Amino acid sequence: MALQLATEKWSGEISEVIIGATKDEGGSRKSVVRIGGENTLPFLFNEGKIPNPVCVAFEVWDTAPSDWPECLWRAFGKSLNDSLSWAKKCVEEYKAKILCVRLQSAHPDFADTPPEACAKFIAGLLNAVDVPLVIIGCGDDAKDNLVLPAVSEAAKGERCLIGSAVQDNYKTLVAALSADGHNIIAESPIDINIAKQLNILISDTGFALSRIVINPTIGALGYGLEYAYSIMERARLAALSGDKTVASPFICFVGQEAWKAKEAKSEDERQGIIWEMLSAAALIQAGAGLLVMRHPVAVEKVNKYIERLFQR
Amino acid sequence: MALSGLDIYKLLAKTNCRECGFATCLAFAMALAKKAAGIEKCPYINEEAKRMLEASAQPPIKLLCIGGGEKSFEIGNESVMFRHEEKFHRPCGIGFILDDGLSDAQIKERLRKINKSRFERVGQMLEVNLVAVRQNKSGQRFCDAVKLVAENTDLALVLMSRDPAALKPALELLKARRPVIYPAVKDNLQEFALLAKEYGAILVITCPDLEGLSAAAAQLNKEGLSDILLDTGKKELSDKIWDLTQLRRLPLKRSNRSLGYPVLAVAEEDDPYEEALEAVTYIGKYAGIVLIRGIESWEVLSLLTLRQNIYTDPQKPLQIEPKLYSIGQVDDKSPVLVTTNFSLTYYTVLGEVEASKVPSYIMSVDTEGMSVLTAWAAEKFTPEKITATVNKYGVRQMVRHNRLIIPGYVAVMSGELEESSGCKVVVGPKEAAGLPSFLKNL
Repeated sequence: MALQLATEKWSGEISEVIIGATKDEGGSRKSVVRIGGENTLPFLFNEGKIPNPVCVAFEVWDTAPSDWPECLWRAFGKSLNDSLSWAKKCVEEYKAKILCVRLQSAHPDFADTPPEACAKFIAGLLNAVDVPLVIIGCGDDAKDNLVLPAVSEAAKGERCLIGSAVQDNYKTLVAALSADGHNIIAESPIDINIAKQLNILISDTGFALSRIVINPTIGALGYGLEYAYSIMERARLAALSGDKTVASPFICFVGQEAWKAKEAKSEDERQGIIWEMLSAAALIQAGAGLLVMRHPVAVEKVNKYIERLFQR
Repeated sequence: MALSGLDIYKLLAKTNCRECGFATCLAFAMALAKKAAGIEKCPYINEEAKRMLEASAQPPIKLLCIGGGEKSFEIGNESVMFRHEEKFHRPCGIGFILDDGLSDAQIKERLRKINKSRFERVGQMLEVNLVAVRQNKSGQRFCDAVKLVAENTDLALVLMSRDPAALKPALELLKARRPVIYPAVKDNLQEFALLAKEYGAILVITCPDLEGLSAAAAQLNKEGLSDILLDTGKKELSDKIWDLTQLRRLPLKRSNRSLGYPVLAVAEEDDPYEEALEAVTYIGKYAGIVLIRGIESWEVLSLLTLRQNIYTDPQKPLQIEPKLYSIGQVDDKSPVLVTTNFSLTYYTVLGEVEASKVPSYIMSVDTEGMSVLTAWAAEKFTPEKITATVNKYGVRQMVRHNRLIIPGYVAVMSGELEESSGCKVVVGPKEAAGLPSFLKNL
C-alpha cells in the first residue's frame, strides 16, 4: 500500500516586499532584494512555493558603535569609526546584498545629530554603496519623527525599508514613506495582536499592506528567543490560513540582541559568533525573511546555511 | 489517534446490561473515552473491539526510554506540531559521535570533555545525553573502543556499525545499558532485529524514503520489536525538514502507526559552525535524538540553550521563588534592586550584580513569572505589589538607606511607589547590562 503523505493546503500567501530600486525603476541601486512571497511554512518546498531566499543585512551605524563588544571591533577594525568605509567594507569585502543603517547619532543622548545632517548622511551613503538600504531611527520617538521624514525624502525613489512604526507612533512615518515610495517596518512587542492591529492601522491610511515588513521584536538565544519563535510561527500559520493582515515578511534584529547576551562577551569569541548564528538560524526556521546581523563570520555562515536550505 | 465516545459505543454490545457498573453502554463508552473506566469492566467485548481500543489508547508517537541507570532519558509521546499548541514534551537527546579510529588516549580525553559538558542556565541544569561509537576499524577494535567508552561515561550509548559480528560482543558488554543500535537497513533488518531483541537494545531503522521506512517499521513491529527509532539518512536540509515534518505529522494527523516512533538525526560537518546550524534545524524540527561531532563547550552550550528554549513550556514561564535574595556579603548599606520572579529576568540581573562585585539585595516580586514590562502592563508589577513585598520581607528593617532601585522601564511608577512604600525610589538602567556601572557609581 502506497504511503499517503500528510500535505497541507494553504490558502494564504505572504506578501512579497521589494527593497531597493534600480535605475529603470527610478532609483540608483544596482540590484534589489525581494523578501516574502511564500505560500507554505519554512522550507516545505513540497507543498508550496518559497520564491525568495532569506536575506541577511549587515548592520551599520552612522557613528562609532561605542558599546559594541571588542570581538566586533576586532572583526571590522578601524572602519567602525567611519560609517562610509564601514558600509563599503560590508559591501565590497563581505559581499553584503543589503545594509541596515541605524541613525544612532541622532539620539538626544548621543550626538543629537539634526535631521538635515542625517538626511545628508543617507544621501552620501546612497552614493557610496549601490545596495538597497534598511534605515532605522535612533529609537527616540520624538526625534525619529523629525529625522525619518527628512531621511525618507533624501532617499526618495530608492524604495528603502524604513522604521520603525509602533502602535502609538506611526502616522508621521507612514505619511512620509507613503509620499516617497518606501517600505515600512511595523514593530510590535512580541505580541501577535498588536502586530495585526498595527498593520491594520497602517493600511487604513491607504499605505499598501504589501509594503509592510513586521518586526516581531525578538530575544536572543537564551534570552527569550522562544517567545518570538512562537509568535512568528503563530502569525505565519494565521497568514497562510488566509489572514492578510499578518501576511507580511518578518525582519529580525538578531545582532542587536545576540551581542547583548552575557555569552557573547565571552573570552572565546567563537561563543559570541555562534550565539548570533544560532539565534538567526532558529528565527529562520520560524519564518524570518530578513535578518539584521553584525559579525562577518556569523553572517558568512548564516548565508551558507540559507544556501543549503534553498538547495534542492 | 484517540477514539471518541461515539466511536467506542459502536464497538460495544449495546445491550445496556449494566454489568460494568454504568447505566448504559453509551455512558460506559463516554467513560472509556475519558479514560475514566477500563475496558476490562465489559464482559461481552469481542477481541477485535478490544484490540482497536487498546491501539487507540497508545500514544501516536511511542514513548521510548534510552539508556539505563541515572543518565537514561525519555523521548517520544509528542502531541503537537508547534510548541504554542501545547508544548514540546521531552527534550531531544544530544549526543557525540566518536570514531573507533581514535586512539584510546584521544577517546578518554574526549569523554572527559563530554562528561564535563554541563551548564547551569536560568536555574536549570543543561546536560548532554549520549555518546555514539562508530566503527571504522576491525570488529575487535570497535569492541575495545565500546568497552573503553562504557567504562568512562555513564551517558547513554549508541553503537554505529553495520557488522553484526562486531555488534554482538559489544552488546554483550552493555547488557544493563539499553544502548541504541545504528543503522538497521533493508538488507540487515532481520539480523539486526534479532540482536536488538536479544540484548534489549533500541534499533534505529535508516531508509531514505518514508515508504520503505514505514514498511520496515511495520515488519519489525509484527515480529514483536517496538523499541524503534527512525532515520532518513543524509540529505539536503530542506529534504530533511520535509521528512521530519512528515514523521511528526503522519502519526499525529493521519494516525499512521507504523511511523509512530521518535526520529534520530545526524548533524555532522567538519566546520563546527555549520554542524551547529544543521543541528539547530533538527532540534527545532522534531528530532528525538541529534548526534553531532563537535565537543567544544561553545558549540555544546549554544545547542543545549537552544534545546532549552524550544522545549520550555509556553504556558508556564520559568519562575523562581519570589523573595529577598542576598548576593555577596551584604550589610545594612547594600543596595536593594527590585525585579520580577521571571527566571530569565532574575538570572540576568543576578549575573550583572555578581559581575559588578557590589554586594546587593535582589528583591524578586511575585509577578507570576512575567518579565518587567509584561508584568507592568498586566498590573502584576505595581507600586502596591512592590510595597507589599517590601513589607513582607522587612526590607526597611534590613537596610538603613531606605532606597529601592527599580528597573528603568518602569520609571513611571517612581512617584506612586515612593508614596505607597515610604522608600526613596531610584530609577536603575533599562537593561541589566547597565547594572555594573550603575552600581559602582551609586
